[in-house]
Amino acid sequence: MANSRKIGEVVLDVKNISLRFGGVKALTDISFDVREHEVRAIIGPNGAGKSSMLNCINGVYAPQEGSITFRGRTFTHMNSRQVAEMGIARTFQNLALFKGMSVLDNIMSGRNLKMKTNLFQQAIRWGAAEREETQHREFVERIIDFLEIQAYRKTPVGRLPYGLQKRVDLGRALAMEPQVLLLDEPMAGMNVEEKQDMSRFILDVNDEYGTTIVLIEHDMSVVMDISDRVVVLDYGRKIGDGTPDEVRRNPDVISAYLGTSH
Amino acid sequence: MGFFLETLFGGLMAGMLYSLIALGFVLIFKASGVFNFAQGAMVLFAALAMARFAEWIPKGLGIESKIVGNLLAFAAAMLVMIAVAWLVEKLVLGKLVNQEGITLLMATLGIAYFLDGFGQTIFGSDIYKIDVGLPKDPMFLFESVFPGGVLIGKEDLYAAVIAAALVAALSLFFQKTATGRALRAVADDHQAAQSIGIPLNRIWVIVWSVAGFVALVAGIIWGSKLGVQFSLSLVALKALPVVILGGLTSVPGAIIGGLIIGVGEKLSEVYIGSKIGGGIEIWFAYVLALLFLLVRPQGLFGEKIIDRV
Amino acid sequence: MLYRENGQFKTSYRADQQVFPIAQDRIAIGLLLAFAIVVVPAVAPEYLFRAILIPFLILSLAALGLNILVGYCGQISLGTGAFMAVGAYAAYNFQARIEGMPLLASLLLGGVCATAVGVLFGIPSLRIKGLYLAVATLAAQFFTDWAFLRIKWFTNDSASGSVTVAGLKVLGQPIETPVQKYLFCLGFLIVFAALAKNLVRGHIGREWMAIRDMDVAAAVIGIRPVYAKLTAFAVSSFIVGVAGALWGFVHLGSWEPAAFSIDRSFQLLFMVIIGGLGSIMGSFFGAAFIVMLPIALDLLGVTVGFDTALASHLTFMIFGALIVFFLIVEPHGLARLWSIGKEKLRLWPFPH
Repeated sequence: MANSRKIGEVVLDVKNISLRFGGVKALTDISFDVREHEVRAIIGPNGAGKSSMLNCINGVYAPQEGSITFRGRTFTHMNSRQVAEMGIARTFQNLALFKGMSVLDNIMSGRNLKMKTNLFQQAIRWGAAEREETQHREFVERIIDFLEIQAYRKTPVGRLPYGLQKRVDLGRALAMEPQVLLLDEPMAGMNVEEKQDMSRFILDVNDEYGTTIVLIEHDMSVVMDISDRVVVLDYGRKIGDGTPDEVRRNPDVISAYLGTSH
Repeated sequence: MGFFLETLFGGLMAGMLYSLIALGFVLIFKASGVFNFAQGAMVLFAALAMARFAEWIPKGLGIESKIVGNLLAFAAAMLVMIAVAWLVEKLVLGKLVNQEGITLLMATLGIAYFLDGFGQTIFGSDIYKIDVGLPKDPMFLFESVFPGGVLIGKEDLYAAVIAAALVAALSLFFQKTATGRALRAVADDHQAAQSIGIPLNRIWVIVWSVAGFVALVAGIIWGSKLGVQFSLSLVALKALPVVILGGLTSVPGAIIGGLIIGVGEKLSEVYIGSKIGGGIEIWFAYVLALLFLLVRPQGLFGEKIIDRV
Repeated sequence: MLYRENGQFKTSYRADQQVFPIAQDRIAIGLLLAFAIVVVPAVAPEYLFRAILIPFLILSLAALGLNILVGYCGQISLGTGAFMAVGAYAAYNFQARIEGMPLLASLLLGGVCATAVGVLFGIPSLRIKGLYLAVATLAAQFFTDWAFLRIKWFTNDSASGSVTVAGLKVLGQPIETPVQKYLFCLGFLIVFAALAKNLVRGHIGREWMAIRDMDVAAAVIGIRPVYAKLTAFAVSSFIVGVAGALWGFVHLGSWEPAAFSIDRSFQLLFMVIIGGLGSIMGSFFGAAFIVMLPIALDLLGVTVGFDTALASHLTFMIFGALIVFFLIVEPHGLARLWSIGKEKLRLWPFPH
């Protein structure tokens, strides 16, 4: 259990978020907070609205009601670029990797916000653009080392097995040097070894860089192992909020979602 | 006022012809989600087939009666279009199942070029006549109201009636028959439709054959009016703005869109075009479509496209 | 075996990021350039320049521009002819109306005007994609067809509707003979290809490809779709515009709007598809193929005995069939076939 870090103040505060698609209510009046440096899990049965919640934080969906406060700034809906600039990064459940590009290019694309040379400088390349490219390449190579995918850096991502693609997805998010990392089912479809690797990566990121992690996950043993606090959703409503032990004993949670380790 | 009405009617008639071609587009898109750039080429190909068979068959079989000759030619041309549909499914569509729309669009562009070249190779590249007995004389309406009456081409009127009948038949087909429902399922999601047992290949052959039939009818009417020549496939390109306006998934939309474009072209040419140099017909339809795309991409009657992540 | 990369280790990121990291590639390119610049002008017959080489160079440039838009950024455009026309007519107006205007400036300014028009017609791409965008670009094509035909100002009120340029000179050096024209165009192509290659391997290139591959995810990592798409249109139109100006000035000498009609747009799109979407080299392969095929068929016709009309129909058929073939079998076109070939060379003669 990851408990040796100092958990800080509330950094992300979600208040009364409601989201509808036509007649379908994806989220109803969801409120929870996330503290700096913690690992916060969001769990719940399929269709509970977990990905939709992340999409609201990221600016992919605009909720009809409620607000999100990040480091003291409050928004009624988020703008994707602003969210990225503020230091929130995410991975996707269905892997939104850029299939046409190599592993290296995918992760380099995460550095995009920090690359400042203009079109003309890039066209000439010699000088400022070359230096910038090399500098960011060094940073990305450290991420590649960390995720142990050196051998695949020039391979087009579409050709990699699923588990490795998930690592690239994580790498791209890490390249943004985020303060808050939203992970949407990072272990889906993995075998036991792969899950252990991924858990290790996530904990290392949290340990070494102090990155706050918000994590959607189905595997209860993973959730119990690595998270500090847990939010439980069911049919778009919050039905539990607390430490893993508290949530595990919550009768509502038990009845709605029988937690089993896979 | 009489002149305005004449222009209006002229536009409506021209619009009807565009609609005929647009119908083929809508059919294929509705049923397979493919935007068929080759529709114009199919119209030309079908018209060429009809024109040449109408020549060759009576000569070859020694038939005197014009009607029998034309009927046989029509049947032969229809068989050719079914063969085209079958080949397109086998060689192209079947291999590109569930690729992105843009790939399929470019594939139909390839088919268009192929059909253009192939048609001219086997049928020849002169200008050919089609004569199915559509009366070519003009008639004058409303002579009591306007002196001299309003001039309408009888041929155009017949075309309008035929087009209307086709639309009614096709709408019924899509809404009421099991095959029609299956077609709509396929348009939504190829893989899902396959997984519930809808035979994709057969469906596509049927759809492209029906589109081929529509192309043949359109080709005969156009060809009868203008003569069958290569520029027909360029004119057919005009049907693209029509389906944008009407909505890619709407059969009545194709008709209304065609009428709007037809009337709009004629009226704008007369009243605006004369002031800025003339000949604005070549871009009016497209710019109108462009404006629609910015404001209402699904067209007047199409379904709204929702993108979920 | 011929093509072994063994032993060619890179010890710095800078070295790894080179355009041609493998020594054999560098040698090959060097030889190719030397051949193109020195050998060809010395030995090639005049007919070859006029009929094949100069069109190939200029159309490669245009295909390069289009590939940036369609292949790298995934925005379909059927209006490339229009942007070539804008480049050509704008360059013409600068050259004809301003006394003593240097040729290079006219050509480049033609490109700038094409950029402006390109960005304008690129605005719909912010709201629509795929086939809808294709129809929008057709609006650009037909509108410019009409504008250059009917608005007299563009053709300097020429009575015949066509415009002519003559006496081309760069810094006092005339561009008259086929060899001079060839080297002039080759210079443009080399410079633009280098600049384009740098752009696509820089961060703007990754932005373009991200938009192409998955624009929702691109937004989430902070890429602005508006900026990416409009810069793709801008860069693409600039290159295409300059190519158009070169086509008019250097290849045709005298032209009408029909030189940049929708057939040209389709031709360029075919070059990009057959050559390889998203590949700089692919643009050259595609252009070479499309320029050479009709000539090859004509020659075939002469030997086998069919006429030029049939040859042109066959051209259509082969283009169409090849488009479909490549889309099914190798969507990355000739460029991918080429790199597969090179990979085989690594092991030859030991395949497995």
